[in-house]
Order: sequence, then structure tokens, then C-alpha cells
Amino acid sequence: MEDNRVIYTEDLTRYFGQQAVVRNLNLAVPRGAVVGLLGLNGAGKTTTLRMLLGMLEPTRGHATVLGKDSRDLTPEDRGRIGFTGEGHFLYDWMSIRDTEKFGRDTFPRWDDRLFQETVDRFGIARLAHVRSLSRGQRAGVSLASTLATAPELLILDDPSLGLDPVSRRALNETLIDFCATRQRSVLLSTHMLDDVERVADRVAIIVDGRLLVNTSLDDLQSRVAIWSVDGTFDPTRAAHVPGLIHSRPLGGRWMLTVADPDAESEAAIARLSATAPQRVNASLEDIVLAYLSRSRAEHSFYAGAN
Amino acid sequence: MQIQVNTGGNVPLYRQITDQVRQAIAAGQLQVGDAVPSVRQLAKDIVVNPNTVAKAYAELVRDGVLESQQGRGMLVSARKNVYTKAERLRRLDQALDVAISEAITLHFEMDEILQRMQQRLEKVGLSRTS
Repeated sequence: MEDNRVIYTEDLTRYFGQQAVVRNLNLAVPRGAVVGLLGLNGAGKTTTLRMLLGMLEPTRGHATVLGKDSRDLTPEDRGRIGFTGEGHFLYDWMSIRDTEKFGRDTFPRWDDRLFQETVDRFGIARLAHVRSLSRGQRAGVSLASTLATAPELLILDDPSLGLDPVSRRALNETLIDFCATRQRSVLLSTHMLDDVERVADRVAIIVDGRLLVNTSLDDLQSRVAIWSVDGTFDPTRAAHVPGLIHSRPLGGRWMLTVADPDAESEAAIARLSATAPQRVNASLEDIVLAYLSRSRAEHSFYAGAN
Repeated sequence: MQIQVNTGGNVPLYRQITDQVRQAIAAGQLQVGDAVPSVRQLAKDIVVNPNTVAKAYAELVRDGVLESQQGRGMLVSARKNVYTKAERLRRLDQALDVAISEAITLHFEMDEILQRMQQRLEKVGLSRTS
């Protein structure tokens, strides 16, 4: 059977000294999928990406990328993977035309069309020098150079960091164009939830080095629900609600975000207040914030306990 | 037909697409046999993942709203009711609720509201069937 996963990790773990930064990560990226990798700064996203690219040894477990262990990737394998990291590395003294020529001479499968279309989308003049580019334009040239190598798998680490709205739009359009055939795959680490909703069809949420969510966007939105409950104090402090992700105050009420709610969860929520709790639909942002806020709350709790 | 999606809301994007195609058919903007944009084209136009668009179209095909025809792409199928009976009722109630709540705020009585409603229905060519 042909493996449909371009990336899968088995108990991928990385320690820095005594600290586990990535813990028992089991992540899968199916071919043709665009996966949005979400998490707070320091959650382990970049460390995970570096292990996938073979730039960092796992402490335990392993990662398989395009059918190979990430520690054994050959230059040919790497040629099938496109990577753009934070900061968008480019040679400052080159013009855009030089950058294009350099790429064409270096990569055997260089795609002129993809390079030019991407550069045009970001509104960059061919004769401009890299050093004179804005941050958004740098990102554009960097992305164009990566895409033009015609990778099967694209790994992007926070590509929208510091981009203006026009460049962000250009980035999204470029990614949609890149995956139009639904054969190429993208793993995209980002904080931009609106972009994830548009560009991705799957989401992975990392909290404290652990993968808490790894599913399709639709599945996530259909499986997580929010209840609005009356109360001055957090009602979930005194009672257990099965599947509770996070509870937060909102104008004299408490918003309870619950994963995979069943009859037991509903009964537990109904017991929390005298008035009937109201179920409201959850947006992607509601859900992601619930997961990430819980992590922050636990952090402060642990800090207080020490 | 102009499809537009909004991110950040509590309606998933694929649901926004299916809703808008159904609405365009219900409003007569799309007729039986009309083609809708290809998955690739629509994904590009509205800047949404093609798998998300494909999922929306697959649901519309499953519900008999669209059909795939060799060489012509995706077309609006001949079936009349794009919504189930329950869904039609739900949507009618939703629209009526808005009107009723506004009418009450403006201090109208039931007779006035019903009379006004009837006039408007007759104006668009509807009449009592009984």
C-alpha cells in the first residue's frame, strides 16, 4: 500500500538539557493537505520543524519525511522539500534578476513561471536590489525562490511575521496556487488564524511541546462547542465537566469550551447554574484560543505553586 | 453568482460556500444546467484551500444540488428542492422571526401584520391556495 503521508512522526521528542521542548509528538501530514501548525511562542513549533528537516537530532522517536527518516535525508531528498524560515534568508547584494538566475543555475527543476508570478504578486520590480526591499517584499522573493524549486512538500516557519496586509494576501494567494493540483503538501507554522482558516484544510495545535489537536478544520469546528453559563465565579472550579478545554468570563457569564461533548458533559454543564446554559457556535479563533489560554493559565499556576 | 467567504466567524468556510450556492439557486441567479466555477478556479478566486472547496462541492453533489458532467464540469442539477423540507421550514422561521421581532418593536398588532403580509404576498403574485 502506498503511504499517503508526506510527513509522519512517531513519539518525536527533543530535550534541551533537562527541559523537554517537544514531547511524544505524533503528527501526520497527508499528501495534498495544507496543515496549519499553531501554538504559543516557545511551544515547540520551530524545534519540530527543524527535526523534520534533519537540522536537529530527536532525543527520542523519529520523523519520516517523504518516506525517509529525517536524519537520513540526502541532498536529492532535500531538493523535494522547500523550506522558508524566519527572517527570509537572501543575498543582500543581488538584484531580483540575479536571485532568479542564481536559483535557475543551482536547481535542476527551477520553475521560471512560479518565480515570476510570485514576485509579481508581491509587486516587486525585477531590477530592484534585495537590500532595498521591504519586509513583505523580502518574504515574497524568498517564497518565490523556494517555490520555483518545485518542491513536493513546503515547510514554512511563520512566513507572515511582520507582513503588511497586501503581502499577506499575496502570500495566501501564492500558497493556494501552489497547492491547486492538490498533490503538493504544506506545513505552515503561523499565528495568523484567519490565514489558517483560508489556506489550510487541517490544523495541528501544540501546547507545551505536546500535540493536542491534529485534525481537519471542519472536524475541529464540529467537535468543539461553547456553552454560556451564568455565574460570578468560574463554575468549573467546583465541578468537573468532561471534555472541558477552557473556561473564561464574558460580561457576567462564563464561556465554557468543551471538546467532544456528550450527554455527560451536557448534564454537568446544566448543573452549573440555575438558568439554562446556552450553546453557541465556536469559531476557529474561539477554539484555538481556548487551547492556548489553557496552557497559559497552567503556566501561571505552576509558577505560583513553586 | 458571486461567492464571498468571511473568516473569523462561527460558520466553517465550506458551509459558507454550500449556503451561497444553494441561495443563488433558490434566488434564480443560477439556473438548471448552469456551470459553477471549477474547484481550482473558485479556490483561486476566493483564496480558499482547494480541498475546502472540493468538500463543499462534494456535499452539494451528494445532496443532488450539483452534478458532475464529463467535459462540462460541475452543473446545477435538475432537482427542484435544494433544501430538505425541515431545512426549508427552519429558514422560513428564521426569516419570519426577524420580521416579527421588528414588527413588535414598532407596536403593530397581529391583524395589521397579517394584513400587510398578505398584501405583499399578493403583490409578488402569490395567492391563497384554499
